[in-house]
Amino acid sequence: MSNKHLIAAGFLGLFSAASQAQDLTITLVNLTQGISFTPIIAAAHDSQASIFHSAEAASEELQALAEGGSIDGVNLLLSGYGADITTNPAGGLLGAGGDTEFTLTNSDGNDYLSLAAMMLPTNDGFVGLDSWKIPTEAGTYTVLLSAYDAGTEANDEIISNVPNPIGITSTGATGVATEIGNTNVHIHPGVVGDTDPEGGISDFDSRVHRWLNPVAKLTVVVE
Amino acid sequence: MIKFTKVAVATAAALTLVACGDDNNDSVTVVATPVEYQVTLSNLTNGQPISPPALILHNSSALWTIGSPASNALELLAESGDSSLLQSSSLVTSVAVSAVPVLPGETSTVTVSHGDLVSYLSFASMLGNSNDAFTGLNKIDLSSFAINDSVKYSTLAYDAGTEANTESAETVPGPAGGGEAYNPQRDDNNNFVAMHAGIISADDGLSSSVLTYQQKFDNPVMSVTITRIK
Repeated sequence: MSNKHLIAAGFLGLFSAASQAQDLTITLVNLTQGISFTPIIAAAHDSQASIFHSAEAASEELQALAEGGSIDGVNLLLSGYGADITTNPAGGLLGAGGDTEFTLTNSDGNDYLSLAAMMLPTNDGFVGLDSWKIPTEAGTYTVLLSAYDAGTEANDEIISNVPNPIGITSTGATGVATEIGNTNVHIHPGVVGDTDPEGGISDFDSRVHRWLNPVAKLTVVVE
Repeated sequence: MIKFTKVAVATAAALTLVACGDDNNDSVTVVATPVEYQVTLSNLTNGQPISPPALILHNSSALWTIGSPASNALELLAESGDSSLLQSSSLVTSVAVSAVPVLPGETSTVTVSHGDLVSYLSFASMLGNSNDAFTGLNKIDLSSFAINDSVKYSTLAYDAGTEANTESAETVPGPAGGGEAYNPQRDDNNNFVAMHAGIISADDGLSSSVLTYQQKFDNPVMSVTITRIK
């Protein structure tokens, strides 16, 4: 722990039982066979900040992440709360079966860990962790993450409505859905897909672009 | 989010090696501590017979690693349900095998023992009505298990990454398919172990599939309780 942190802890200690800063070594594994994660954002923050909450409407910043893979807005949002943030630790896409490791030191009071990355191909699906209380006891902790639907875009599975850095060549889909079933953040119902590269209801491949939860494993080593 | 539920908090004291000393003798004898674990396995799926679980006690290695190719032993298990290569692999310290598959809704109990303390328990079993789906426990740490401690796990479905998920009658060995079991050729999308994406089925538009809604599954697929009884 740096002197700065010690001093801060001392001052805060006058007013509350603040927890101390911790060094976290975090590993995220993409557990899927056929889904890629766009650039990841992870942050330690206080109880006021968040990236998302289930059963609440997505922020515009989360919508940009979930529909377009952009973490800039969420980054700005979290920065406003004084969060400790790691952006894009994988240096681009984190492919199926891949993993990335990064470190994050949380400041005093930033006791919660959140993470998000868009899942490709989806319309507005993302892998997420919402405000996981960072343990104060040193150790290795494992958290399994689910796929969420931001509830901001109909899951039509038409490729022209989805960022396509993974190079899907299927076209001509008529669309799976035209309406959003649940406009709050919810567990993603999954991809339908089809096996027709030139038509059908989906431009996604039902044999490849599928998943069941959990879609990611997070391992957090608390020093 | 699926979390493992810890039913009992283990105490470490009972696991330490017992050193027997005699005041009249300078020599110290380290006595082996025989252990025995009772493992109760319930099949939570709608229509997936689970191949006879082989409970493995071991002191190193894991049965599989997400993102890495399956071993040949795991490939055989995941494509056919045959655990013989897993049982004979070098990591195994002790093994006990259920005589029969665990059918949907049924529960099997297997007791596995060893003459001394052992570090890990693992098993892998095939989901029979699939190409190469399996479930299991990978390297469960036994070091904090005291006698009578019991821990309950929910297991997940994995794809061995060794056989394409065509779901065809020719390639699904379980009763819903009756096709070929093990084939050493690896023709999956990705030659690595990952979470299984689930059964598509003919009902969901996969024309090559012999499977129906009845063989679909979601996680968790098994409930497994490990109790140290000795």
